[in-house]
Amino acid sequence: MQLITVAGPPSSGKTSVLIKTFEALNAQGARAGVVKFDCLVTDDDAIYQQAGIAVKKGLSGVLCPDHYFVSNIDRVLEWSEKQDLSMTVIESAGLCNRCSPHIKGSLAVCILDNVSGLHTPKKIGPMLKLADVVVITKGDIVSQAEREVFAYRVQGVAPRARIIQVNGRSGQGSHALAQMFLQAPVMTGSLADLRLRFPMPAALCSYCLGETRVGTDYQIGQYRKLNIE
Amino acid sequence: MQQLTPEILAQTSLATLLVEYPLLESALLEVGIEFDPDEEATLGSKLEQWASLRQQSADSFLAIVMERITDLQALLGTTNSLHQVEIIAGRDKSGQAESVDRLLLGRGDLLAIVGPTGAGKSRLLADIEWLATGDTPSGRQILVDGQSAADKRFSTGGDQLIAQLSQTMSFVLDATVEELLSLHVESRGMNTALVKETITAANELSGEPFGGTTPLTSLSGGQTRALMVADTALVCRSPIVLIDEIENAGIDRRAAFNLLISQEKIVLSATHDPLLALLAPRRLCMRHGAMHSLHERTPEEEAILTDLEVLDDIHAAIRHQLRHGERLAPIPFEAVRRKTP
Repeated sequence: MQLITVAGPPSSGKTSVLIKTFEALNAQGARAGVVKFDCLVTDDDAIYQQAGIAVKKGLSGVLCPDHYFVSNIDRVLEWSEKQDLSMTVIESAGLCNRCSPHIKGSLAVCILDNVSGLHTPKKIGPMLKLADVVVITKGDIVSQAEREVFAYRVQGVAPRARIIQVNGRSGQGSHALAQMFLQAPVMTGSLADLRLRFPMPAALCSYCLGETRVGTDYQIGQYRKLNIE
Repeated sequence: MQQLTPEILAQTSLATLLVEYPLLESALLEVGIEFDPDEEATLGSKLEQWASLRQQSADSFLAIVMERITDLQALLGTTNSLHQVEIIAGRDKSGQAESVDRLLLGRGDLLAIVGPTGAGKSRLLADIEWLATGDTPSGRQILVDGQSAADKRFSTGGDQLIAQLSQTMSFVLDATVEELLSLHVESRGMNTALVKETITAANELSGEPFGGTTPLTSLSGGQTRALMVADTALVCRSPIVLIDEIENAGIDRRAAFNLLISQEKIVLSATHDPLLALLAPRRLCMRHGAMHSLHERTPEEEAILTDLEVLDDIHAAIRHQLRHGERLAPIPFEAVRRKTP
């Protein structure tokens, strides 16, 4: 089976791009499905369903979305097997920018949009830096100059990544992305052999356990203070 | 950029290194090393720390980091020397072979692409954009200097082959004209003098001049389009320009094409506008997803182009008069009409 992680900031066009890409994949006879990870709510599963795509959603709720994601990869694989999929795409928006869902040996995709601002690539962190493919969306509404400057900034952060412009509305470029999906490495070995590309953020403090009081007396575990000169 | 040596590593703080070697940050992250960019420690001492944590030698860690940096450097700074592009036909929407079986375009060529909506104009532009190798629904191949250019698909630097211009595009950046152009010039590794040249060239295309300090968002439609054309002609290094309908509001379209062609661009312009279609010496007519017929502009059509340009001027003059509160005089059609021999 092929496992593909797709991550990107909210509203960058992940779902639109993926739906167009699945159309191209299905046309070529792939059995592809998607697992959508989010924090609080998502209606994207209904959008996928409507497009006739096998979909499963996972909401992290009170849990750290990053940790929720990584502790559910086994479930993703189980579900994919039940659905008899040859390709499973994990889409996540809920992960924080410090984090990256990318897994060694699987295709790692980051989706960004041209209108998000020129400083965005630098702020995104390992989700972008460690991606194999960076999809840039909304190129149809900005100037060539802005597209080039944005792509240059992205390449500066992720020099090895292949950058591809995809239009989530018209589907332009989605055929190309589908080809890259089809060439993604096939998972070998068992779940125990899977490794994240980048460690998850440390999270073990009183607030992880539901503390709501703010004062220093209630802060137990891992925390760090602002430096004030 | 100076070669990273063990001596430099031992003596320079991590913060300084990251400024001088921008690729270092990515290399470190790829090896799974996290760091505080403001830290005063040297990379050497940091490596010792990480290596001992993971029970490896600092040298092997350094070797991996250096290898990554070399890879990354190789990815930057190439230029292309393309001479011609060839479109090799594929199939129409029903899978039938296209009637135009190949089309060769050289530097400085302008091709108009015409046809009703849904005839396949955008599909053709998309094939070119993707540098297709028979791997798109049309089955077309795009050859660059006689060869497949699939390896250039993901180029973003000086090696990028294709630039695009379309009427749906606008500037979204909260910056001035000069600021954006400076960023763009920097990202292409070009001379900063180009910023002023581009503004001058844009002003020659649009009737309403603007300066470098004008915010992008306050440019008019015509000024925006003029700036995009000038920027694509002068700053973009891509030899191929795909145009999806330049609107006619307040921009000298002939001058716009001339500017692009003077920079030896290969220009493909999809359009419904007769003036734009006739400005091109050749036009390709699309039908049912296929390249249906290729037409050389005839001398008769060239004369019609002149008429259309006169009409266009009349149209522009009326707009000007209306905008300036002037009364309109009857249109001098007699002067426009060509004498029959």
